[in-house]
Amino acid sequence: MDFPILWMKIAVVLVGLLATVPIMLFVERRGSALMQDRLGPNRIGPFGLLQAALDVVKFLFKEDRALRHTNQAYFTLAPWIAVVPAFMTFAVIPFASSMDWDGRHVSFQIANLDVGILYCFAIASLGVYGIIIAGWASNNKYSLMGSLRSSAQMISYELSMGLSVIGIILSFSSLKLGDIALGQGQAFFTVFGHTIPKWGVLIQPLGFILFLISVFAETNRLPFDLPEGESELVAGYHLEYGSMKFALFFMAEYINMAVASALVTTLFFGGWQMLPGFPYLHHVLFGSAEFQTQEIARVGFEALSFLSKIAFFMWLFVWVRWTIPRFRFDQLMHFGWKVMFPLSLLNVVLTAYLVMKGVL
Amino acid sequence: MNAEIIAFIALSTIALVSALLVVLRENPVGSAFSLILSFFAVAGLYALVGAHFVAALQILVYTGAIMVLFVFVVMLLNADKPVLDFLKTSKWIKMTGAAAGIILLIVTGIALQPARTIQATGPWSTEQLIASGGHTRVLSLSMFSDHLFAFELTSFLLLAAIVATIALAKRRRS
Amino acid sequence: MLIKRKAPWWNVFYLIEVISGLLITMKHFLFKKTATLQFPEERREYSDRYRGLHYIKTVNNVENCTACMLCPTVCPAECIHIVAEERADKEKYPARFEIDLLRCCFCGMCEEACPKDAIKLSNIYEMAQVERIVLEKDVLLDQRGGK
Repeated sequence: MDFPILWMKIAVVLVGLLATVPIMLFVERRGSALMQDRLGPNRIGPFGLLQAALDVVKFLFKEDRALRHTNQAYFTLAPWIAVVPAFMTFAVIPFASSMDWDGRHVSFQIANLDVGILYCFAIASLGVYGIIIAGWASNNKYSLMGSLRSSAQMISYELSMGLSVIGIILSFSSLKLGDIALGQGQAFFTVFGHTIPKWGVLIQPLGFILFLISVFAETNRLPFDLPEGESELVAGYHLEYGSMKFALFFMAEYINMAVASALVTTLFFGGWQMLPGFPYLHHVLFGSAEFQTQEIARVGFEALSFLSKIAFFMWLFVWVRWTIPRFRFDQLMHFGWKVMFPLSLLNVVLTAYLVMKGVL
Repeated sequence: MNAEIIAFIALSTIALVSALLVVLRENPVGSAFSLILSFFAVAGLYALVGAHFVAALQILVYTGAIMVLFVFVVMLLNADKPVLDFLKTSKWIKMTGAAAGIILLIVTGIALQPARTIQATGPWSTEQLIASGGHTRVLSLSMFSDHLFAFELTSFLLLAAIVATIALAKRRRS
Repeated sequence: MLIKRKAPWWNVFYLIEVISGLLITMKHFLFKKTATLQFPEERREYSDRYRGLHYIKTVNNVENCTACMLCPTVCPAECIHIVAEERADKEKYPARFEIDLLRCCFCGMCEEACPKDAIKLSNIYEMAQVERIVLEKDVLLDQRGGK
């Protein structure tokens, strides 16, 4: 294990994830505004870019109230339980393929665990405790309702999320996210001389849709944001929170979104596999360069592809949020257990059959 | 090696202390949270001995799903007061519980006697694992070939439990 | 009451409806003009009939008001208070003329009731203040737009 490089990778991932929060804040505000024919905050800085920075300042300087009716220990602990797993999940996601540099093999993934996806799901499932503990420790009816809803929702949708990924695991016969991303570079079929890569979304369309919906439910984003439910639960689980504690919940939501986007990208959209056109660009720009430069450029292009795919899914999160109204709770349960669950089981059986026949 | 021992001591201390807290705490929600912490520490112990798959499943199934359900039910019942008040009065139940605990400890000790060595054997040694392509693959293969009968039997047991639960729940409603 | 609506079977998956909804929001995002008015720079044009901040019309620096008390009588919010007095050039004039803006509902009845065309409602709609104010006579005598 090469420690300086490992620390560098961890630093890059941490800073990158932290940076998504203000960026997404900006995108969400201005994007939602434009969708509703408004302008959004545009006064502070060019295009209102500094609004997020000022919000951070505001959160830092706000009074951190100690509420007497809350359970102080759990109340303080809850935001951290929400935010730490959100960061941890990214540890197994590869953001570029490995390269040989200076005689060393550098992989662009913090830990290539044998259990890859399972680690992601395991850690992601811990995030819900932040919400549950927050709701319970707040000692408030609305918050408790929010955390109750959250726990029921998490259990229901974790099931279909896990099952919808089994198709992908079967197709690439590995739990390692690195292997899955690598496997998606294989040729699937050719159309008019163009090779179509074996991206997960092409071999598992049903699995992709199920996974995407479950991920929306797991991150508490809008069609499934019942734990927050502004209109009926005021703000749900974080009703009693203010200042930096609230900001931590806020960060957890956006980092969860980033991790979820990265997971969708890695599992179904080829991960770091280059976007169409990038290999050609790489060939034209760096084809005649030295091998070392060429390698670095390749990794750069791969990371760029990965980032743009993530950006697309982050945008999808925002887009869906400002389009679809919230589910009613019984609709949520009905949809989770009677539609998503059978369909994901069907997907598993279908994929297993196809893999057995050697089609996939 | 040193770091491993420190991690082991820390994780096992957390696991044991929080397991004790589960029993000793008055507040049911608090003891449920302690149980979560205990499960998490046990998962850390699994990961420490290299059983990543078991560790991931421990967190995914027990900490992530079953305990959420536990907490859900405890919150739904709003059991602020200790529900099992009768335990404090009945001496017999206390004695039976203690005896069961001691017997369980002895049985587990005897069962784990052959596994006292730290070195893993057979297909579970590190070289064998790497040669056959990872812990997950070895575990799945042995589960679905050598131990298929036990595996299916376990799932059948779970199915029976589910059917029984549904039957009980239905009867109470009518 | 739960109302069952007939829906095509594929609506179970919501997906088609969701995608059409997404296209609608994208259409707004990309093409629709925003309705926002950038306030301090841009201002909305109101017609002359807009009922905004009050003023008392003056002719040759003499107020039209004769303190006839019709406007405080007709005012539904009872926000106008007049103290009438006599002065050399005018038999009856309002020594004090106060309008409590916090109570005023800008119905325009005072303007309609006034026989001397004295109390008027201007076009001004920016009435944000840092403290609770009562408009005194000297403020009211400012000709706001003077329509």
